[in-house]
Amino acid sequence: MSQFFTYAVLTATVASALGLAAPFLLAALGETVGQRSGVINLGVDGIMLLSAFTTYFTALKTGNLLFAVLVGMGTGAVMGIVTAFISVTLKAEQGISGIGVYLFGLGFSDLMFIKLVGTPLPINSLNPINIPLLDRIPAVGGMFFKQTILVYVAFLLVPVVTFVLNRTTFGMKVRASGENPAAADSVGVNVARIRWSTVLIGCTLAGLAGAALLLYDGIFQENLTQSEGFIAVALVYFGAWRPTGVMGGSVLYGLTIAVVLEWKSLGIIPLSASDLAATAPAVITILALLTIARRFRQPAALGKPYERGG
Amino acid sequence: MTTPAASPSREGVPLLQMMGITKRFPGVVANDRVDFDVRSGEIHTLFGENGAGKSTLMRVLYGLYRPDEGEIQVNGAKVAITSPADAIRRGIGMIHQHFMLVDTLSVAENVALGEKSQRGPLTDLGRVSERIRELADTYRLNVDPQAIIWQLSVGERQRVEIIKALYRNVSLLVLDEPTAVLTPREVDELFVVLRQMTEGGRGLVFISHKIHEVLDISDRITVLRAGRNVGTIQSSEASRARLVELMVGRAVALESQPSKGTGGEVRLSVKDLHVKGDRGIEAVRGLSLEVSAGEIVGIAGVSGNGQRELSEAIAGLRTPLSGSIRLGDAELSAANPADARAAGLAYVPEERMRDGVVPFFTVAQNLLLVENRSRDYSRLGFLRTRAIRRHCQELISAFDVRTPSLDTPARNLSGGNIQKLIMARELSGSPQVLLVAQPTRGIDVGATRYIHERLVVQRDDGTAVLIISEDLDEIMTICDRVLVMYEGTIIGSADPRVNTREEIGMLMAGVKSAVPPLAGEPATASP
Repeated sequence: MSQFFTYAVLTATVASALGLAAPFLLAALGETVGQRSGVINLGVDGIMLLSAFTTYFTALKTGNLLFAVLVGMGTGAVMGIVTAFISVTLKAEQGISGIGVYLFGLGFSDLMFIKLVGTPLPINSLNPINIPLLDRIPAVGGMFFKQTILVYVAFLLVPVVTFVLNRTTFGMKVRASGENPAAADSVGVNVARIRWSTVLIGCTLAGLAGAALLLYDGIFQENLTQSEGFIAVALVYFGAWRPTGVMGGSVLYGLTIAVVLEWKSLGIIPLSASDLAATAPAVITILALLTIARRFRQPAALGKPYERGG
Repeated sequence: MTTPAASPSREGVPLLQMMGITKRFPGVVANDRVDFDVRSGEIHTLFGENGAGKSTLMRVLYGLYRPDEGEIQVNGAKVAITSPADAIRRGIGMIHQHFMLVDTLSVAENVALGEKSQRGPLTDLGRVSERIRELADTYRLNVDPQAIIWQLSVGERQRVEIIKALYRNVSLLVLDEPTAVLTPREVDELFVVLRQMTEGGRGLVFISHKIHEVLDISDRITVLRAGRNVGTIQSSEASRARLVELMVGRAVALESQPSKGTGGEVRLSVKDLHVKGDRGIEAVRGLSLEVSAGEIVGIAGVSGNGQRELSEAIAGLRTPLSGSIRLGDAELSAANPADARAAGLAYVPEERMRDGVVPFFTVAQNLLLVENRSRDYSRLGFLRTRAIRRHCQELISAFDVRTPSLDTPARNLSGGNIQKLIMARELSGSPQVLLVAQPTRGIDVGATRYIHERLVVQRDDGTAVLIISEDLDEIMTICDRVLVMYEGTIIGSADPRVNTREEIGMLMAGVKSAVPPLAGEPATASP
């Protein structure tokens, strides 16, 4: 057991935890923006699956990983148009339409995989980027500053989203639309336009999350996400609709997965119990949701389509 | 210093002219060729019953509805107002009956929302706060720009709404029933502000049900009835009787004299009651009161002083922290509405659409909610349709519930008819104690009169009636005894035949020494 507590193992665990956390964080940040404006998007997982596939396919055909990531984001944006049209323009019941988008993503990504690729071939993975000087800091350097570009982007987006929500006129309109769309409308805020933008942002980030997940795994398979998109939605509640809280949840989740994987490979967790151990992240999330998130109030208009003059 | 209105109107041209406005909804003509105009510097009141079309007309003006016919001119130029943003751009502001504020945002953020920032995409709350302080000084509208809206009282929220309008430099401001939520003292303060706002040439549209306020503040009064403008008159030429006649289309006697209570046995007795509110704070704090058979006791007070929690505790919908509630011979301890009803309570709740009826149930189903287990209407769990229909038909004709049929969903009825439906249901069991919260809030004059008469009949039949109301006119008209509730206790009692509105108003504002204790009146506030 002492092996686990060596320097190298600890560093490697934290480093992989951050890599594992990045897709959750990207998807959950996007969902946060949408929910703060009052739109709940349960289709995140389906969007991640579609984007993961288009990213994989592009990488396979072109070998250009950054281009592949852009295609993944574009896929998210296209699904954002679909989602916004259903949830904002058609004012559909958001829970049900989200499940619809999820099922479409789940089925269609696998169908395209079978039709267009067939045999799974691995693709190159993203190379880690070492941040000069910082990467030489003992322990910390190895944990934080030898990550891929997508991990850096995910974590840098936390202060960016916080700033946009709290310090910009756009963010103020987003929060107003999520709390009291009638009040926002009465002072001339175009609630539909605000919600369209947040849904597009959210789905684009979900697309990026799918790309990040694909590049972490290096290969596509059916239901690659294993419902991570739903966990991302839960993390928004966990983080009480605040980007920093969402980051805390994502890291905790990534860390739990990393520790379970590490302990399995070190034999601390017997093979017979490994399936049980794999449920640990979900159990921790549920417990945290029960204890932490209940103290915060969700945006008052969350999930409610806005109809003028009701 | 008064800020001049945004667009100075040309001499002789009204700020606003609405001509022949018609707005139809399926099955209703809400506005029927309505003419309405507002001149620079005047307060023009829109007066009329609920459903007379006042709100529709103002919603058309504010771009929330598109008129089917008619023309709107602002400063003499024809305009098409398609959205609130459009209305704001043309210098038109509106303070809605339900405040349009975002609870989780600060005062400054609410004021800045939707306005261009001088820092481009970034908010400029510092400058906005500065401007709020200036406006607050000029108009004596004390408000902290940093406060979050949910922390503010109703009066403060209204000040924020006024500041929002001033910040936008509106030349025309619509106030939809701004006094409904205020104490008489706050109303006086509001009127001072409104007068000051007209000084720079601004025009105000004031909407209210309360005749004495309308006569007090208006320069001109337009009365709407059934979607039509039935008369625009100078305030100086108006009288209470004339306005009511215009509003309901017939002359009616306004004041109904409360008859003397018979002084029967005590039916409802509340002692040292403590009840928690929704926010976890004690909302009722050591309240005691008694209601006897054959009297109507009114609880006056500004909403939010524990009235809702008190009525829910008596109705068995909320468990008290401590204290006792006696209903007839029964002691009610834990919250159980069935026990309260078994002890002889009938309850007409404040939120009639939420707690009073099931909106999607039919009229008949709603009438039967209480008695559905009676042998008369069900056998072995099966409903006896014919008996039910006969019973319901009797009830709706006895209580003058105007409904197309027994099978109409309750939600399609007007507020007054829903209230009559609830009264019909609650009174059909001949209760010992009748508790009515906000008996006529949002209900037109005709239905109000009817409900008041029913309450008096019920009293004369020997029921102990307890009314909780924010409407001081109502309390003064029908109650035999008035208790004023303030911060969870009874702060004082009054006799509507002896004490004035102003004295009771002072009590509502928490000023305790306002009414000298009456001889022979029990000191209800003592524990």
